[in-house]
Amino acid sequence: MSLRIVVCVKYVPDATGDRKFADDLTVDRDDVDGLLSELDEYAVEQALQIAEEADDAEVTVLTVGPEDAKDALRKALSMGADKAVHVEDDDLHGTDVMGTSLVLAKAIEKTGYDVVIAGMASTDGTMGVLPAILAERLGVPQVTLLSEVKIEDGKVTGRRDGDSASEQLEASLPAVVSVTDQSGEARYPSFKGIMAAKKKPVESLELDDLDIDADEVGLAGAWTAVDSAAERPARTAGTIVKDEGEGGKQLAGFLAEQKFI
Amino acid sequence: MAEILVYVDHVDGAVRKPTLELLTLARRIGEPVAVALGTGAADTAAVLAEHGAVKVLTADAPEFAEYLVVPKVDALQAAYEAVSPAAVLVPSSAEGKEIAARLAVRIGSGIITDAIDLEAGDEGPVATQSAFAASFTTKSRVSKGTPVITVKPNSAPVEAAPAAGAVETLAVSFGALATGTKVTARTPRESTGRPELTEAAIVVSGGRGVNGAENFAIIEALADSLGAAVGASRAAVDAGWYPHSNQVGQTGKSVSPQLYIASGISGAIQHRAGMQTSKTIVAINKDAEAPIFDLVDYGVVGDLFDVVPQLTEEVKSRKG
Repeated sequence: MSLRIVVCVKYVPDATGDRKFADDLTVDRDDVDGLLSELDEYAVEQALQIAEEADDAEVTVLTVGPEDAKDALRKALSMGADKAVHVEDDDLHGTDVMGTSLVLAKAIEKTGYDVVIAGMASTDGTMGVLPAILAERLGVPQVTLLSEVKIEDGKVTGRRDGDSASEQLEASLPAVVSVTDQSGEARYPSFKGIMAAKKKPVESLELDDLDIDADEVGLAGAWTAVDSAAERPARTAGTIVKDEGEGGKQLAGFLAEQKFI
Repeated sequence: MAEILVYVDHVDGAVRKPTLELLTLARRIGEPVAVALGTGAADTAAVLAEHGAVKVLTADAPEFAEYLVVPKVDALQAAYEAVSPAAVLVPSSAEGKEIAARLAVRIGSGIITDAIDLEAGDEGPVATQSAFAASFTTKSRVSKGTPVITVKPNSAPVEAAPAAGAVETLAVSFGALATGTKVTARTPRESTGRPELTEAAIVVSGGRGVNGAENFAIIEALADSLGAAVGASRAAVDAGWYPHSNQVGQTGKSVSPQLYIASGISGAIQHRAGMQTSKTIVAINKDAEAPIFDLVDYGVVGDLFDVVPQLTEEVKSRKG
């Protein structure tokens, strides 16, 4: 039987752009170009490698987001994923992690899966908790923050490099996996891949298709509220000296002045 | 007074500093009740009591070490049900965030991660967070359920505040999911004898300009003269010069020390995201146009191979 891999990806504002908040304190998506979150490219890459190793596998990329989020799906398809699912609904604007995870979990169940693969965090919200929440909601093992991952004989194994130890993990499928940026460079889409992606199926789903009520998601249904967002004041210009043989000593002088030494 | 559940991060009973910082924050919004799990859990009580824990709930079972995350969620949920706290605070480690998030789903609560400050508010605790590579500061609160909040290291001072710290054993029954992900092997990180990167008061980092693994010795020498932790930029880590566990930046650790010294680091957004909230920032870079100089309190334009060793010698001689 075919190994069904679902990769969760996010369409985010470009981190090198001038990111800011909109008037309703949600992420401003209009004034900054969006793209597939860089950290999700690693998830797509590992999914493709696992699919290549398996006798028979199908890689579905899934996103929840506005119309433009199709760009992120298209990128993943051009890398080599087989098909895409896009959950798009006006009522989703302002949804936080609890709502997004609910939508993703329902869409994953509807699509059918043996393994869900996600990145370690998004580059905009940067929470890094969505994979754990998905595992909780789906009621399957969580095998997260892997720098190495393998799927064989109905089992996922991998290495998790934590703060105090490196751990080898093992779980039976179905499972939720997340991979770090140490898991292996993501491939670039080939010209052939880009052309092929245009013909690959993208299924669109709305909240109704997933039996989710509008009041479970969106800004009003969010489980957290942002009361204010202020731009961090620019740091006041510091002293810059050119090293003319005494740069290290001058720096030591500054550190002494500041009581660090 | 409302009780605040505080999840304890400890190694065989030695409580890590971020947990003591959490106790400081917990006392602002209520009475801290600590939850310590695993080997040495009971040994945490004395230091937790010194810093304000009115009660310390402990549980030990092989499951905590043998399976990933979920046994700890089961235990924290048991503590939540026993205490009915007004909020749950967890240190923002990778594991801490996962534990907190799964608990939040189970108890029907919203979650805030990576808070850098916490204060009491009319509608519950108000958390300060950094957003978009620390270019924005937001204030947020959990609007559904009991607030579950994870807090980054160095977000509050450690304060002595003696309290009873009565130890109680927490009864935990593990659910079906607890044994889902087995830890089949564990290799502890070798200790470098240096402070933990995220907890250190001073961090010395090296980047592309260090130009080779062997050259990190001069970064380490400066760090050791200052009693600092060593960090590395993504470029240095990707080049294989320094371990990923020391990476500072968006996909590595985010640090907020009193003093951050960047050597041979240009200051790309990826790096700034991880260090921009440092109190004092110092940089050494050959390129006067490097964006890192926009952030610094003091910068030296020069060759780090000249400046860093001279600084190290000067620090050593001034410290005598």
